[in-house]
Amino acid sequence: MTRDQITRRHFLNFVGAVGGTTALYQAARALDLLPETGEMPQLDLKRVGRGEKRVLILGAGISGLTAAYELERAGYDCTILEASHRVGGRNITFRHGDVVDEMGYPQVVNFDDEPHLYFNGGAARIPGHHERAMHYCRVLGVELDIMANDNRLAWTQDDESFGGERLRVREFTTSARGFMSELMAKAVNANAFDQPLDADDQERLLAFIKAYGDLGDDYRFAGSSRAGYSSGGFLKHGELKPALEFKQLLNSRFWRMGMHFNEHVDWAAPLMTPRGGMDMIVRGFLNKLRAKPLLHAQVQAITLRDDGVEVVYHHRGERRKLSGDYCFNSIPSHFINGIPNNFSKDYVDALTAMRRGNFFKIGLQMKERFWERENIYGGISYTSQRINQIWYPSHGIFRKKGVVLGCYAFGPDQSNWFERMPPDQRIAEAAKMGEKLHPGYTDMIENGISVAWGRMNHMMGCGNRFEEDQEHLFRKVQAPEGRHWMIGDQISFHSSWQEGAFASALHAVQDLDQRVRAEAGQG
Amino acid sequence: MRTMTRTTIALLCLLPLAATADEPVIPAQKYVYCTVCHGIAMGGNVVIAAPRLAGMDEWYVARQLEAFKLGWRGVHPDDAGGHEMRPMAAILDDAEIEEVSAYVAAVSAPPPPLTLDGDAQRGAAIYASCGACHGADGQGNEALGGPPLTGLNDWYLQTQLEHYVSGVRGSHPDDDYGQQMRAAAELLPNEQAIADVVRYISTLGSN
Ligand SMILES: Cc1cc2nc3c(=O)[nH]c(=O)nc-3n(C[C@H](O)[C@H](O)[C@H](O)COP(=O)(O)OP(=O)(O)OC[C@H]3O[C@@H](n4cnc5c(N)ncnc54)[C@H](O)[C@@H]3O)c2cc1C
Ligand code: HEC
Ligand code: HEC
Repeated sequence: MTRDQITRRHFLNFVGAVGGTTALYQAARALDLLPETGEMPQLDLKRVGRGEKRVLILGAGISGLTAAYELERAGYDCTILEASHRVGGRNITFRHGDVVDEMGYPQVVNFDDEPHLYFNGGAARIPGHHERAMHYCRVLGVELDIMANDNRLAWTQDDESFGGERLRVREFTTSARGFMSELMAKAVNANAFDQPLDADDQERLLAFIKAYGDLGDDYRFAGSSRAGYSSGGFLKHGELKPALEFKQLLNSRFWRMGMHFNEHVDWAAPLMTPRGGMDMIVRGFLNKLRAKPLLHAQVQAITLRDDGVEVVYHHRGERRKLSGDYCFNSIPSHFINGIPNNFSKDYVDALTAMRRGNFFKIGLQMKERFWERENIYGGISYTSQRINQIWYPSHGIFRKKGVVLGCYAFGPDQSNWFERMPPDQRIAEAAKMGEKLHPGYTDMIENGISVAWGRMNHMMGCGNRFEEDQEHLFRKVQAPEGRHWMIGDQISFHSSWQEGAFASALHAVQDLDQRVRAEAGQG
Repeated sequence: MRTMTRTTIALLCLLPLAATADEPVIPAQKYVYCTVCHGIAMGGNVVIAAPRLAGMDEWYVARQLEAFKLGWRGVHPDDAGGHEMRPMAAILDDAEIEEVSAYVAAVSAPPPPLTLDGDAQRGAAIYASCGACHGADGQGNEALGGPPLTGLNDWYLQTQLEHYVSGVRGSHPDDDYGQQMRAAAELLPNEQAIADVVRYISTLGSN
């Protein structure tokens, strides 16, 4: 056999013969032959006997719970250590009496004690192509409702355009498309294309453009019913609204943000959300798990050994040691540096290189559903102000009250600006900004909470990611270190989506399974 | 091979929940959150810019918590780390400050790693003017209010010196100690001097 003839399989057989099955497994990993996940994998884990293999799971967020669920089904003994007072991590639904465990500014939720008055402070929506998330909702019996994300009747407001006045989303998008289409039609008529179009193509293209922008027969945009009528339309002839001024449209930041969010792969309509709150997924897991997560159990040291992993944790004034055959670790990467461990320098460096994000949300209980009087039922309004967005609940339509998302901020200019204030002031500032979208907004607010992810206890971030030139480090953090796997959305390319957390856990579970099979094959 | 694995498993089943022998100082539940930023046993975490504080003198810890609480530290717009810390001190009352300072002073952690370059020899020459207030070996001088400088992360020493030079720290009119140090920081003409003196301080051992 010449060198060229050595295929990957040959190579693996060779390695297997010389180095045993563990070496085989290591090599397969290096060659990336382990199943790559594109969709919900069919798990077919080798069953292990009760009491035979113990897995320590650090953190009881979505990734830790998923790992525990699948491993228990295959017979593993799982122990779940969770530092916080609650299970769920960044899957959290706030209701009457709950605590927002922000370091320095703990808050108590004062929403009325009613089932529809809740606020998803972390994860809030699931698109249909998140197959793993959908799979677990199905098997855990979590009921889903459609949730409006895009609402053409919601508002857009930008301080730099249209004198800062609010506009309906549909007016903005209709005019913007109309103008773009008009320009395209001109280009077709001027034959300004690299590739000459034949007459048929040209005709079809013009028809397409006309339909896209709702242009007149003259290929000019002169308003469209898509923007809603200024009057009439039902019993009387509908009067079109005039086209908006193009320069003002360009000045607005709406086309940089909200207008195209709905095209985004993960935000495109329709989206779904569990009925009653996102934490129904967490409850679903807890119903099925044999191992109940140990709360108030902060991991304080992780030691890798040849035959297992040892973890020291703090629980109610005592330090305890726990050993397992394997360890799945979802602790946010930015904490690893502060937790004594014997990981290799490369591994720690890779985890340390990740930057933490700091999403920020405000939830406000409104004494009346005033937005419904403005024909808004669910969906999102967008503004250039630091609150960015206002979300109206898709559930509880026609009830008296509702909980509105009054701010969804990102990054230093927005999140840090809010984070630095005490909670009352954050809400006061968000209220002022809300006034520009809904005059009288402030008076409607009964109470509210702010969820500053950058400051949440044991979490301190969301949306961890590598810089672009560091993406190769994903390989490092996705691979196990000894008998220890990092899990969590943080090691996926879908950071800040539960799908990333599910995927990371399934990837690690499958990887462990390969190893266990390899080890079993050896004896 | 197989037998060995069996024995290990048997052992593991016996061991799991035993309390550890190396019982170090652990914080009361309500102060666990200090370690979320400052690292387990207050060993420091560069990713959060929260310094190693293990074994720091109690009087100095208490005074800094006061300084944050009073808004002497952590209010300047460019003081990113200080803004992280300030609300954590603001919620503590006097008794709690005393309690948590005692914890910080009592706990121990491995010495901080060296992460920055600098010329320790040149730094030693600069340090000659610092020793009066911070002790010849960086052990601190409580009578003069100068804190120990040993055992702090080099990156933290660097930011603090930069902040004294730029006035981010030590500018509040009521912050006498901060102002003294701010004046002393004028002895540091440039970044290189800061790097050198930080390197030298890092050779002084840790608490
Ligand atoms: C504002 C916001 C909006 C989001 N929107 C969406 C959305 O619309 N749809 C969606 O699918 N996803 C969304 N996400 C993302 C989703 O919430 C996360 O991807 C998912 O919950 C992460 O799960 P995880 O298991 O990876 O991590 P986490 O949930 O962060 O779990 C980590 C766990 O480790 C624990 N821990 C930390 N330190 C220790 C320690 N020392 N010892 C023991 N335990 C420790 C933590 O307390 C936590 O419970 C959003 C997140 C945020 C913050
Ligand atoms: C949210 C993260 C965070 C938490 C929680 C936190 N700190 Fe800090 N702390 C910091 C940061 C960041 C700094 C550095 C500030 C700077 O750069 O000026 C700091 C600085 C300090 C200092 C000043 C050290 C010095 O050398 O002057 C003390 C003392 C301190 N923290 C004590 C505590 C105590 C005690 C607690 C718990 C009650 C605590 N911290 C909780 C982030 C935090
Ligand atoms: C006149 C006395 C004096 C001199 C001289 C002096 N310092 Fe200080 N230094 C202080 C005091 C007092 C503080 C505490 C200030 C406060 O409470 O904020 C301090 C604080 C510091 C800190 C912050 C420590 C921490 O934990 O945050 C550093 C670093 C420091 N000094 C370094 C130096 C260096 C380097 C020199 C020499 C160039 C120097 N000091 C000279 C009095 C002095």
